[in-house]
Amino acid sequence: MPAEHAFPDTAAKSAGGALEAERMSISMGPSHPSTHGVLRLQMELDGEVVRKAEPVIGYLHRGDEKIAENMTYNQFVPYTDRLDYLAPLANNMAYAIAVERLAKLEVPPRCQAIRVITAEMARISAHLLGLGAFGIDVGAWTVFLYSFTEREKLYRLFEELTGARFTTSYTRIGGVARDVPDGWTGRVDAFCEQFLPLLEETLSLLTRNRIFVDRTAGVGVISREDAIAYGLTGPNLRGSGVALDLRKDRPYSGYEQYDFDIPVGSKGDGYDRYLVRGEEMRQSVRIIRQAIAKFPSGSWYAEDARRIYKPSKEKVLTSMEELIQNFMIVTEGPQMPAGEVYFEAENPKGALGFYIVSKGGGVPWRLKIRAPSFCNLSILPKVCVGAMVADVVSILGSLDFVMGECDR
Amino acid sequence: MPAAPDAVAALKGRWAAVTDRASLDHPALNVPASGLLGVLGALKEEHGFDMLADVTAVDWAAGAKPRFTVVYHVFSTASHEYVRVAADCADEAAPEMPSAVGLWPGANWHEREVFDMFGIRFAGHPDLRRILMWDGYPHFPLRKDFPLAGIETDLPDAEVVAETKTGAIAAPMMGGPFVAKAGGINMADAEPRAKDESWSERRPKPGA
Repeated sequence: MPAEHAFPDTAAKSAGGALEAERMSISMGPSHPSTHGVLRLQMELDGEVVRKAEPVIGYLHRGDEKIAENMTYNQFVPYTDRLDYLAPLANNMAYAIAVERLAKLEVPPRCQAIRVITAEMARISAHLLGLGAFGIDVGAWTVFLYSFTEREKLYRLFEELTGARFTTSYTRIGGVARDVPDGWTGRVDAFCEQFLPLLEETLSLLTRNRIFVDRTAGVGVISREDAIAYGLTGPNLRGSGVALDLRKDRPYSGYEQYDFDIPVGSKGDGYDRYLVRGEEMRQSVRIIRQAIAKFPSGSWYAEDARRIYKPSKEKVLTSMEELIQNFMIVTEGPQMPAGEVYFEAENPKGALGFYIVSKGGGVPWRLKIRAPSFCNLSILPKVCVGAMVADVVSILGSLDFVMGECDR
Repeated sequence: MPAAPDAVAALKGRWAAVTDRASLDHPALNVPASGLLGVLGALKEEHGFDMLADVTAVDWAAGAKPRFTVVYHVFSTASHEYVRVAADCADEAAPEMPSAVGLWPGANWHEREVFDMFGIRFAGHPDLRRILMWDGYPHFPLRKDFPLAGIETDLPDAEVVAETKTGAIAAPMMGGPFVAKAGGINMADAEPRAKDESWSERRPKPGA
């Protein structure tokens, strides 16, 4: 048993007299309903007030970066599903674009639009879960039931597109695994149509809810300066008033064509972060509708990248050259030049970055995953100090992290 | 307003030891470890690169000179550009780098992770402990000489080890992720095989 489980201040108490409150050291997690996975918080309490909070992470460490060094670029796509497992499609896209930057490969407009639509659907799905879990954390059960009904509809659409509800593994280097099925974009549009009023109804359960506002307003305040200094990204950064969104500021995958707004908070508390996520879902619907309205025709993978994207099955079975090409890409991996790239995508949780060092060939020499949840959680020791124990639950809910990507 | 090229040019003009680094995307600099904090501080205070996006390291394989390079990505929330700063560790046996926690408190966890995975020490770090692996873990998993399968070690808790008489065992790697050797001449060489053969049908398990 680690030493910090002892009560460190019992000696101080006997020396300091009756007024000195006894400090209690408690361990919250790694198996605790409000820590959303396997985060553990080692806290030191003075009555109900947190004096020190030390996050202990790594319980879900799988060594993804080591694994990536030992397989081809396409073989790693399923591992990206399991980073932020609430938005696998967005992770797939971020990874594919990072590798394509290495190859200086631009995918066709249709492929970009498919990726944007799926990434924004993933964002809605991730924010709905974050919202539902946040609601439960502060005692509002109903929101979870509403948001999970909508998530189920999204999962059906994901399943139709990728064959999997959860671990989609949809992108390939240089494209996506398959084109969208007939009528799928129409069904996504129909989902958006019915989703907007339901979203308003769901948000109305919280936005003016006295209990919810009391539990979140002024709780877990992160200043603009702290947010930047700790490398916070995504809704947590924007909740603190920094209008930074990589979709707008460093557009990728054709985001510059779409019209959308970036919501920012004014106080940097849990309530602001909630409002930012709510508004982001509305903006995601806007992006999806625009992408569907001008959905480009043409190819859905980079056809001329013959050493990167494998040829269609019919061609493999009928043509010798394509058969060899297919064999080479599957066994040796997509061929990349030597060099270094760093690419960050605006994922639901924040900026998901991939730093790839290539020595050429089909396997990365080094692949570093910059996980937004890892950076977002690093501010916990600062933001929890002075809060009540019950507020810690609210703070964790408002930060909306995923341990799958934090621990990698 | 592109600030990154100006910043890179200014830094190269100010320190002769700062040189361009080959890069496929963002402006990148090679910096000696002794001048690292000066360069990062100048990027932050004078050129507006106020956010530390990422800190990581690269192991260029055992015996390579230099073996370890620590790589920083800084980001400007005003001009939305990145600059990559890389510094080589001089000593392979005891790699060390000055800590950037004084500039960005967010560097704390990143540097702990680099220490945890590569064994690179950060001088001046307030709390340099392992972060993903447990305290007392004896290896540095992202070093190239650490096998993909893992190495058998004791569990963190001595009481649990005594009770269960088991440790952290290496993963069943046999048949592991398959990659062919690029440019193999004959079919036997081109055939896909487990890239990490530290433990396979041909070679016994490490530590066994």
